[in-house]
Amino acid sequence: MTSSAYILSFADINHDDFARVGGKCASLGAMTQAGVAVPQGFAVTTDAYQAMLNHGNLLADIKQILDVLDFNDHDGAQQSAHAIATKMTSIRMPDDVEQAIRASYDAMGADLPVAVRSSATAEDLPDASFAGQQDTYLWVRGADNVVAKVLDCWASLFTARAIAYREKNNIPHIDVLMSVGVQKMVNAKAAGVAMTLDPANGDRTRIVIDSSWGLGETVVSGTVTPDNFVVEKVLQEIIDRTISDKHMELVGDSEKGEAVERDVEEERRNLPSLSDDEVLAVAVLAKQLERQYKTPQDVEWAFDADLPDGENLVALQSRPETVWSQKKVEKPKTAYATGMSSIVGTLTNPYGSKKA
Amino acid sequence: MTTKQASKFPSAFDVAPPVGAEDWQSLYPYYTRFQEGSRVEDDGKFWFCNSQHWPTPFRSFDTIMLDFAIKGLGQYNSRHLLIPPANGIEYRVLNGYVYFSPVGVAPEDIEARVPHFMERAGYYYENWDSLLVSWKKKVLATIDDLNAISFEELPEIEALEVVTGGVGLDSSNQLLEGYEKALELCYKIWQYHFEFLNLGYAGYLDFFGFVKEQFPTIPDQAIAKMVQGVDSELFRPDDELKGLAKLAIELGVADTLKSGSVDAVLTAVGKVKSGDKWLAAWEAAKDPWFNFTSGNGFYSTDKYWIDHLDIPFGYLRDYIARLENGEDIARPTQELIAERDRITNEYREMMDEDAQEVFDGKLALSRMVFPYVEDHNFYIEHWALGTFWRKMRELSALLSKQGFWENEDGMFHLSRTEVRDVLWDYTSAWAIGSNIHGKGIWPQEIERRQKILEKLQSEPPIPALNNPPDVITEPFTIMLWGITSEAVERWLEADEDGGGLKGMAGSPGVTEGTARVLRNPDELGSLQKGEILVAPVTAPSWAPVFGKIDAVVTDIGGMMSHAAIVCREYGLPAVTGTGNASSVIKTGMRIRVDGNKGIVDIL
Repeated sequence: MTSSAYILSFADINHDDFARVGGKCASLGAMTQAGVAVPQGFAVTTDAYQAMLNHGNLLADIKQILDVLDFNDHDGAQQSAHAIATKMTSIRMPDDVEQAIRASYDAMGADLPVAVRSSATAEDLPDASFAGQQDTYLWVRGADNVVAKVLDCWASLFTARAIAYREKNNIPHIDVLMSVGVQKMVNAKAAGVAMTLDPANGDRTRIVIDSSWGLGETVVSGTVTPDNFVVEKVLQEIIDRTISDKHMELVGDSEKGEAVERDVEEERRNLPSLSDDEVLAVAVLAKQLERQYKTPQDVEWAFDADLPDGENLVALQSRPETVWSQKKVEKPKTAYATGMSSIVGTLTNPYGSKKA
Repeated sequence: MTTKQASKFPSAFDVAPPVGAEDWQSLYPYYTRFQEGSRVEDDGKFWFCNSQHWPTPFRSFDTIMLDFAIKGLGQYNSRHLLIPPANGIEYRVLNGYVYFSPVGVAPEDIEARVPHFMERAGYYYENWDSLLVSWKKKVLATIDDLNAISFEELPEIEALEVVTGGVGLDSSNQLLEGYEKALELCYKIWQYHFEFLNLGYAGYLDFFGFVKEQFPTIPDQAIAKMVQGVDSELFRPDDELKGLAKLAIELGVADTLKSGSVDAVLTAVGKVKSGDKWLAAWEAAKDPWFNFTSGNGFYSTDKYWIDHLDIPFGYLRDYIARLENGEDIARPTQELIAERDRITNEYREMMDEDAQEVFDGKLALSRMVFPYVEDHNFYIEHWALGTFWRKMRELSALLSKQGFWENEDGMFHLSRTEVRDVLWDYTSAWAIGSNIHGKGIWPQEIERRQKILEKLQSEPPIPALNNPPDVITEPFTIMLWGITSEAVERWLEADEDGGGLKGMAGSPGVTEGTARVLRNPDELGSLQKGEILVAPVTAPSWAPVFGKIDAVVTDIGGMMSHAAIVCREYGLPAVTGTGNASSVIKTGMRIRVDGNKGIVDIL
């Protein structure tokens, strides 16, 4: 895979490239370079997106539609958004951009199923879904389809919701740029998320893992109640587990060229989706990422059924945990007791005397 | 009319003795028993069974250990150091089991003790290392003094020199004085035992509480792992055996060691090439490291390695076999140290800077005091008490020879006061030229007591008596015995649902396997590889079997109990302080031990 202005292989993404590849791809790049197992892939850079905007009359057309848009008119806004999307997806992207995408895709392997995901550059905004950033197309096969899905990702910047959000927050519409990640599809036997703190209380001594059968999107979207594992971070011991009824899974359908939902057969529904060793492997991966980024992480991971045991755990995404990490830690009102006075305190009110 | 409030646990006065043991009270002194005259007072207190240190009913003579130990514990709390909230611990014997009730300090008196405690305890913490050096000297001198005692039979006639030297005294003095001297040295040993112990626990408890405040969900064993030493002298006897096994293979004498009695094998080894080198190493290891009991030192039935060489020899053969199998039996001390540092650093990194500084200070104190908490056991319970018991057995054998009882075990069925009478009986009959009186009394009495004891031992203890306090605040109860408000709740729950086995998460890990219930260290040999050891309590000298079992479950003990410490060392799951696992679980049952949560399931 050769990198160019329009394409950056994950292996070539540097810290300076953040603005050109968006948060999601930057994270995949950083993980790839840190030696974390990440499925191969590339970013279609914001340069490509800008080339698209400047291609023909697209930019002017978009501005024109937006200029007359009445945000109080809900139906009208929907129609405008639709109009922009149609415009975007109906015209061909610039030749050099399209050729670069095709060449990079073909270099990954013939007809390889890939995931195509949007990777916006406005990562510092709290509502991550504002720009259609969740746009993800799974199990895409063939260069034509990949090119089409890249266009869809770009178009997702102009959903009615995304437009309304920017308007409300005074973000110029044209300033938000979109990169798109194209990544080898994982044939996930089980997948999910791992947080390097307990999301219920911010406890940093714990790693909390949600896991289910198939691709992790069911866990992220909440369409399945996942298995839940709690791992003590330092001792690396599983201290709690809840095995749930996982009624369906999302798996790749090679013929349809997309991910499809299917029922999980009865006998597998209530089995743990991860073995203890696998739980601990996920915990080690999450801990490694937390150490690397020096802040608690929210990690998406999967076990690839096509890879041998021991090498089959891959990271799909790692981003900073935002809820507890940004909370100010409450300092104790009085200074910590030390020395003999602390020992006196300990004896007169020992820890174990407090009722749980 | 008074309505009697139902107690959560029974009153001592309502607990019936086992059938055939109705007269058990005659085995123990009056001050150890619940007496009708103090019923109201005693029923008003909460008593918990200390089956950690006294897992089975004990013989009359062994009361000496209970008396001296509890007195030693109390004196440091209440008279030397003035631990602000805690005096000593009251003790009683019920159906042969030991019950404790901590004596608190009246809330209004606590404050006045604080400055004394800070000055006195502070002095010990400040001068810990140098005081510890003199402690070891005192203890070793006491052991030497014990070894110097010898009991000689009274002679047919006094030596001529006694007459011509104008001595004016006879040989009975050495006998009577020797006995008193041995008791006195045992008494001293027990005082030394507690000189540092409670301070060691207090230092650790302070660190423990701080870390728990930082990380409320941190497992207890993670905190223990941060301070635990990897070079404790308690591991030395086992390490010596491993070294001897390795040396035997290196020198090519392993085959000679494999079968036959210890005496025969040692003679045989002496005759093979390089055998003398191995024998020299064996002799060097014996003193002091085989002064190691398979019990806890509190019982006259304890078997010390040095007196029963077949015990370490069995372990030695096991190690040789494992080495020949290509197993690595050495304790991975470097890895253990690295792991301890990793754990410490990772938790430390999760604290803010202010907390890190406090953490460092408390960790340093904990690591300074903790070696004593572990090592004292070797010097006191194993080495010194082993020496004491050996001397007492010599005396018992001597008196047995005079016809007081059948064998060297007889004396231990008498109280230490009754032994004084027997010595007098012997001495005076010898002087008078008459027969001893005890001949017609003690054999039958010993048999009677022996039978009572067997009945007592056949029934497990009731975990506690009367109503527990709302909150258990006594620091040493919590630390040494793992008796927290939660633990008491667990006992009560277990009583209600009749088999739920919850305990303390003593050492992490989860495993399933076949249970082997051992109530006595003599049964250790029956343990099979891969079984789960279930016992009222374990002792450090059981270490060699930890290499072949998969998990441990005990009735009593906290995170600092021997079972928990050794299991963490060996990486085995352990659930401690279950209250009654050794009664509920039967040998052969399949059980699941969850050392992360402290739960045992019968499958």
